Amino acid sequence: MKSSVSVQEADFDLSAEVRALTAGEFSAGAVASFVGLVRDNNDGTSVADMTLEHYPGMTEKALHEIVAKAAERWELLGARVIHRVGHLLPGEQIVLVVVASAHRGNAFAACEFIMDYLKTQAPFWKKESTEQGSRWVDARDSDDAALEKWRDEIGL
Amino acid sequence: MITVLFFAGLREALGASSETLALPDGVTTVSALRDHLAARGDRWTALASARNLRAAVNQDMVPLTTAIKDGDEVAFFPPVTGG
Repeated sequence: MKSSVSVQEADFDLSAEVRALTAGEFSAGAVASFVGLVRDNNDGTSVADMTLEHYPGMTEKALHEIVAKAAERWELLGARVIHRVGHLLPGEQIVLVVVASAHRGNAFAACEFIMDYLKTQAPFWKKESTEQGSRWVDARDSDDAALEKWRDEIGL
Repeated sequence: MITVLFFAGLREALGASSETLALPDGVTTVSALRDHLAARGDRWTALASARNLRAAVNQDMVPLTTAIKDGDEVAFFPPVTGG
């Protein structure tokens, strides 16, 4: 399976990533993708910009492990994960997951799984600037719940 | 020697991002290391009071009960918020 992960400040191009992942892979009948964007509000407060911190080394390792878990569970032909770090503005792309498989079921499921897992297991932290100053974003219980759903469903 | 790393809000509260120290006598787990560092008092008590403190040993996220040994890289941080 073709897979790669990147942690980078630079923006990404969904179309280019899909083309690169499926180039020469003619058994792939399905590509599912997810793009996360920076919102201009959070918990009722407007957000002017955001800074993303991460744990260099562990971040890449965690993302590779998440992709490997997905590949164990679903038959995949390719997976690509990009997560941006540094300074980001509302509307900017922050995270990309692209999964290729023979049929759509595996691609949809693996794409959602990788995102849910990334949310609670990859060492990134968001700090928002608001009118009241800057604040670290709190983890959401709903993210842990999403992971629990997979644990129940596929026995992780 | 062990390397200890701190991230995000915890890094700011402690005023430190990393430190190398000799594994203190009697410290055999991540939580014992946390208690040892918090016992320095002052801003280090943030390690004891942190809600939902998370940890990694050698870049794997682990429970605080995990054993540590000389040469390990131990990281403390708040729950992650990427994606």
